[in-house]
Amino acid sequence: MAQAQETGELAVIIGLEVHVQLETDTKIFCGCSTAAADEPNTNTCPVCLGLPGALPVLNEGAVEAAVKVGKAIDATIPERTRFHRKNYYYPDLPKNFQISQYDAPICQDGRLEFSVGDERRTVGIRRAHLEEDPGSLKHKGGSIDTAEYTLVDYNRAGTPLLEIVTDPDFRDAAEVRAFLAKLEEVLEYLGVFDAGRDGSLRVDANLSVVAESEVGADGSVDADVLEAANRTEVKNISSHKGAEKALAYEAQRQKNAIERGRAVQQETRHWDESRGITVSMRSKEEEKDYRYYREADLPPLEVADWKEEIDIPELPDARRERFREEYGLDVEAADKLTATKQVADFYEELAAEFDADLAATWVADNLLGELNYRDMQVTDIDGRLDEVKRLVELVAAEEITAKNARETVLRSMLDDGRDPDTVVAEEGLGKTTGDEVQQAVEAAIEENPGAVEDYHAGEDGAINFLVGQVMQKTGGSADPGDVNQLLREALE
Amino acid sequence: MSETPVDPDQVRHVASLARVSLDEEEVTEFTEQFADILGYFETLDEVPEVEREPELTNVMRPDEGRAGLSQEEALQNAPDTEDGHFKGPRVS
Repeated sequence: MAQAQETGELAVIIGLEVHVQLETDTKIFCGCSTAAADEPNTNTCPVCLGLPGALPVLNEGAVEAAVKVGKAIDATIPERTRFHRKNYYYPDLPKNFQISQYDAPICQDGRLEFSVGDERRTVGIRRAHLEEDPGSLKHKGGSIDTAEYTLVDYNRAGTPLLEIVTDPDFRDAAEVRAFLAKLEEVLEYLGVFDAGRDGSLRVDANLSVVAESEVGADGSVDADVLEAANRTEVKNISSHKGAEKALAYEAQRQKNAIERGRAVQQETRHWDESRGITVSMRSKEEEKDYRYYREADLPPLEVADWKEEIDIPELPDARRERFREEYGLDVEAADKLTATKQVADFYEELAAEFDADLAATWVADNLLGELNYRDMQVTDIDGRLDEVKRLVELVAAEEITAKNARETVLRSMLDDGRDPDTVVAEEGLGKTTGDEVQQAVEAAIEENPGAVEDYHAGEDGAINFLVGQVMQKTGGSADPGDVNQLLREALE
Repeated sequence: MSETPVDPDQVRHVASLARVSLDEEEVTEFTEQFADILGYFETLDEVPEVEREPELTNVMRPDEGRAGLSQEEALQNAPDTEDGHFKGPRVS
């Protein structure tokens, strides 16, 4: 097969297949729970174990979730959609086939817009189809190809999956990462996805390298050129970060091969997260080998009328714009505050109760900043947002200073798990009254004649020294700006 | 006999997809049988069109849980188990 030119600039072409678990209470074709179980093989029944004679019945919740995703990505939801059997022989599915969709997926021709740095990008979504998740395998006594034996747990088998297939529109690994983050954000807004769940998002990526000269001005690449370039399918990617690393590695690996005049093999490669490399896997079935045929146990679906009744909530982009207009936020703050639905909801709660600017500072800068510093997410403090709200209340009521609230109270809340009122009481942070500050100002002036003299001699540093003295005397509970002002007045 | 010829390589390929190993004698035997089976399907083409019952659509169930099997019940037909799992050979 033709390869990209050995000389000249090379361009990377990436398309994705993203598998997301839809958040339903029960599996897609049976009433077994999808909740995480402590014990293997405890959420199964004859349907998801593939026992003879068991018949699948489609979960309405999974269809509703898929329709919501379709609406959110501007996809066409066809009049009629149906299921197929995808045949492959592997113990993760006990029936020896996976119920999937083939020629009539539930969503077609959608798109998703996202930002990479300052650039807005739109990636085409070719299709999104419903299918069942396989069970999970453990390779015991070695890696996948050296194991002694295999253990199988079918708790996951039958969890509803939506496989979202993009056009080959990505030009580098960073774009893929940004896209996945945006996709997760949209799915979470729709309430159909739980990002915190292990394995809830899995990515396969097709990557090939072509000559830069083949890329058109609008970033498009001719279908023939893509067809002619050997591509690899990279599997086993399970996070945004993992996707960026895996695809950056794979792009470089292919470029190196081409630059050294070697051919890229068309093959499936496995992302080995711990070693940070992709490795060749045994050759996989080709599409015709799956012997797709109609699933006669599931009648077709006609969701055209029903889809009008399925509403979707305000999505991140719309909410971001509204935040900018309604609360006068800058782009950066609006971005941060709408990145997850939970954060956006919390912000709106605080903005309604206190003040939009104060709420923005507290949520976007203080809370997210301190969480980020600790490598934590808002989801890690799910049950404690009321405490954060109480802290903002204390600041709004001017019972503590903003500085103490962030640097002492918030940090202590995150590090030691204390609640704000306890921290304020135990650290004696109740805001100092004006009298106490005034006394501290007078004392500082009396005790430091040298600094006073320097101040009058026009030395700028002297006032800072005096402010520091006052702050020390008040245990940091005075407002430095006020102190500065009071000192200057006292020294006139 | 089928009009569609079946060659031994097709039989080997289908066997490999099913992870079944066949010796040469079996390949020959199954090549003939495949041709016969395809022949039976062609017989179906001769069946005249009959009026079908209208097709069902939108058969769904609400997203509500139903009791399934216990771990013991789930594993009772398994030839080998370990720590609540089905146990089988290495699969690469």
